[in-house]
Amino acid sequence: MKDQKFEDALTGEQKIRNFNINFGPQHPAAHGVLRLVLELDGEIVERCDPHIGLLHRGTEKLMESRTYLQNLPYLDRLDYVSPMNQEHAWCLAIEKLTGTEVPRRASLIRVLYSEIGRILSHLLNVTTQAMDVGALTPPLWGFEEREKLMVFYERACGARLHAAYFRPGGVHQDLPPELIDDIEAWCDPFLKVMDDIDELLTENRIFKQRNADIGIVNEQEIQDWGFSGVMVRGSGLAWDLRRAQPYECYDEFDFQIPVGKNGDCYDRYLVRMAEMRESVKIIRQACEKLRAEDGQGPIMHRGKLSPPTRGDMKTSMEALIHHFKLYTEGFHVPAGEAYAAVEAPKGEFGVYMVADGTNRPYRAKLRAPGYLHLQAMDHISKGHQLADVSAIIGTLDVVFGEIDR
Amino acid sequence: MAENLENLGEHIKSKRPDCVLDYEIALGELTVHVALSSLVSMVEFLKTDRTCQFSTLVDLTAVDYPSREARFDLVYHFLSMYQNHRIRLKAEVREDEIAPSIINVHPSANWFEREVFDMFGVLFAGHPDLRRLLTDYGFRGHPLRKDFPTTGYTEVRYDEVTKRVVYEPVSLVQEYRQFDFMSPWEGANYVLPGDDKAEAQG
Repeated sequence: MKDQKFEDALTGEQKIRNFNINFGPQHPAAHGVLRLVLELDGEIVERCDPHIGLLHRGTEKLMESRTYLQNLPYLDRLDYVSPMNQEHAWCLAIEKLTGTEVPRRASLIRVLYSEIGRILSHLLNVTTQAMDVGALTPPLWGFEEREKLMVFYERACGARLHAAYFRPGGVHQDLPPELIDDIEAWCDPFLKVMDDIDELLTENRIFKQRNADIGIVNEQEIQDWGFSGVMVRGSGLAWDLRRAQPYECYDEFDFQIPVGKNGDCYDRYLVRMAEMRESVKIIRQACEKLRAEDGQGPIMHRGKLSPPTRGDMKTSMEALIHHFKLYTEGFHVPAGEAYAAVEAPKGEFGVYMVADGTNRPYRAKLRAPGYLHLQAMDHISKGHQLADVSAIIGTLDVVFGEIDR
Repeated sequence: MAENLENLGEHIKSKRPDCVLDYEIALGELTVHVALSSLVSMVEFLKTDRTCQFSTLVDLTAVDYPSREARFDLVYHFLSMYQNHRIRLKAEVREDEIAPSIINVHPSANWFEREVFDMFGVLFAGHPDLRRLLTDYGFRGHPLRKDFPTTGYTEVRYDEVTKRVVYEPVSLVQEYRQFDFMSPWEGANYVLPGDDKAEAQG
């Protein structure tokens, strides 16, 4: 009774209920097809419920009825801003199950293109995140560099985006020497562009106001929510699979692992910028090693997993049969299960594969880093302003190809 | 590396003899089989034990084996950033059984469990919000079960007459082709079309 009396005294403004809005699925700051159901108390986010799956294509189901090699291009379509890093995990899983050794040159090429993929992804993320918080110039500058990198993709495998270049046992084609020269020549001008973007954003007042102290993640949250990649490093933990659990030949490269201090959006931006510079270092070293004497040689493990050379096929009946069987039936992978992970630009990308001895995976699970990052959206964005939501989504680095699979 | 894993497996087994059914090391990965009933306490143990410290849930998924009595395998992957090692936990679950949720130990299991429910139909007890995650609103069935057809059951199109998206049963001009690649000369257990002799024998 008493309460009701008070209600009468409330003005119209005080009676306002929480407001629910739909953020997306067609929102430019949602980085794809994300639908967020936001419950707002004024400008403050009370609850955030991401609805995902609008881009679900059933990749894992499709993989069960295709051969290992036919499945490879599906991996490009997961995180489509850095396709080769995904293929890498798939190849590593198959190589683990079959016990295949990758030739050194192929390994170097993989490292080279993984780092190009990292720059592709970080460039897109850093610049579009800046766009989400109000800057228009960075994406224009960044995309020009991405374009150049995609030309390197194209010159290696013929496709700008969906590369299908890493194959179980190596890579598909060798790199021509001019391409290696051009990649190296690209490094210096790119660092200039990086400096420009740096100048544009790092000390920018608006950019700092929109990002500093927003979406802070601490060590406990990292463990609880299963974060990986930049989300971890932005908070000061030097966790990088390239160092912690080296795969390919990353252990012979010299590079630093940048870490942030505060774990907020701004630090994650700084970490991404620093990581691109480290990637350039790795690219330089990889080019160097690819030119060296011990960097020459085959780019494909010769055996059941890979096609015979063209020359062999013209002269040997067995090679011809092998070629035919490889591309129709595909290779068989011994029964077993394996989990292979790579440090993809967005975090730990893993492939869990259950093989049953046939030419198709019995079950393939793709572990996307963005999936876990987006899951924590409710936790991170609670108590923030509505305008901060787009800044947080930006630095979570979500791409729906890999989240929805 | 393998020795470390061997030690770790031995350590877990000696600390938790009632939970661990068996452990194996294959391809440099440690797999521990646990009973469904002791899953949560095992996960909690792995998180808190000083030598394990598996504080990150990397992945949770299921594998469907329709011919087995306990139809599904729940597969958990854990990572310790502190000790720098990984572990895989496996628990069998029957189709009519409800698995325990580990959401209280690892909040990150939330979407993983929703996905497993969505894709396989495994229910999790104690999950606060077990909705479908990846499939369409109002979807029926569990797509990653082996008896679910790859084509699905319904297809959608925009209907010009009613001006909205309509759901219809899948109609394909050509049967969806599932190649089995078994050579008809060895091991295939089907009769080739037009093979009269095989018919006569059978």
